[in-house]
Amino acid sequence: MNCIIIDDELTARMILKQVFEQVKELNLVGEFSNAIEAIKFLNTTTVDAIFLDIHMPDFSGFDLIQTLKKPPKIVLTTSDRNFAVEAFEYDFVVDYIVKPIELSRFKKSVEKIIAAKAKENNIKTVTHNPTADTDTLYVNIDRRLVKIDIPSIYVVEAKGDYIKVKTEEKNYIVHSPLKKIEEKLPTVSFLKVHRSYIININKIIDIEDNSVLIKQDIVPVSRSNRNELKRRLNLL
Amino acid sequence: MEQPNLSYINELSSGDEQFRDQIIRVLKEELFLDVESYYKHIQNEDLKKTKEVVHRIKHKMSILGLEKSYKITNDFENNLANSSIKDKIYFENILPVMLDFVKNL
Repeated sequence: MNCIIIDDELTARMILKQVFEQVKELNLVGEFSNAIEAIKFLNTTTVDAIFLDIHMPDFSGFDLIQTLKKPPKIVLTTSDRNFAVEAFEYDFVVDYIVKPIELSRFKKSVEKIIAAKAKENNIKTVTHNPTADTDTLYVNIDRRLVKIDIPSIYVVEAKGDYIKVKTEEKNYIVHSPLKKIEEKLPTVSFLKVHRSYIININKIIDIEDNSVLIKQDIVPVSRSNRNELKRRLNLL
Repeated sequence: MEQPNLSYINELSSGDEQFRDQIIRVLKEELFLDVESYYKHIQNEDLKKTKEVVHRIKHKMSILGLEKSYKITNDFENNLANSSIKDKIYFENILPVMLDFVKNL
């Protein structure tokens, strides 16, 4: 896996490089003493993971995270325990290591990156299923296969063993878990914003902190999905 | 007063003398610069910059096994964020101990 280190302290970067050398899965492709230089590099190079210091003068690790359009997996390295909660609000932050970094603890972070990458690849495999790329979806209702135009779907809501598929034209109650339809919908337009809701982000009217207005429906957005939703929007 | 040690660096080096020498040299250089910056910023009452450099020194305390000092410095850092200089005296007393230790390495 190609990785980079971002830390303003040379001592910290040297320690990380030393532990890097003892983990064969990692290939260090760059080290940066500030976030700006790292962003320039990331604009032209794709990496699998970043080992990122939170505390850096002028432009913190969190500032950097918010500028990344397609963030790789991130392991935060810090001398503070206080930021753990904030750190895990980002889906792509897979671990949080408190300095000084020890090899055994570092290896656990690498295992977490590998597991997160494997999970991501599985999801990609499912979403690249050619049937998921079409504009239509057939659902089984009362022993009939009913055709639904995917772009017309604006919300899918889980209701026990059933899902309610809401479209511009009408609503459908289908016997299916939410996860199954999630796998069939194109990820470019659809996003799971809550454990019971998938929305079509093209149909959003407005967004408040904890909810989105989509057509006439107010859909809750869970805390863990809020950042991913923001990331997917064309924010000014 | 708590005394620094090289347990962490020795364990990290695991017999790699070249790395051990390099990390000690860099730690020494950065610590001297950090301490100099600290006195400059605290004298100018720039608590934001002081906090930044205290954070860097705190990391070096953890490398040098100064566990108690690390905790007090963590409090000092939080106090600086709230515009207080409580724990400054302890922090300034541990600095020469660190400098003396690395000077003799």
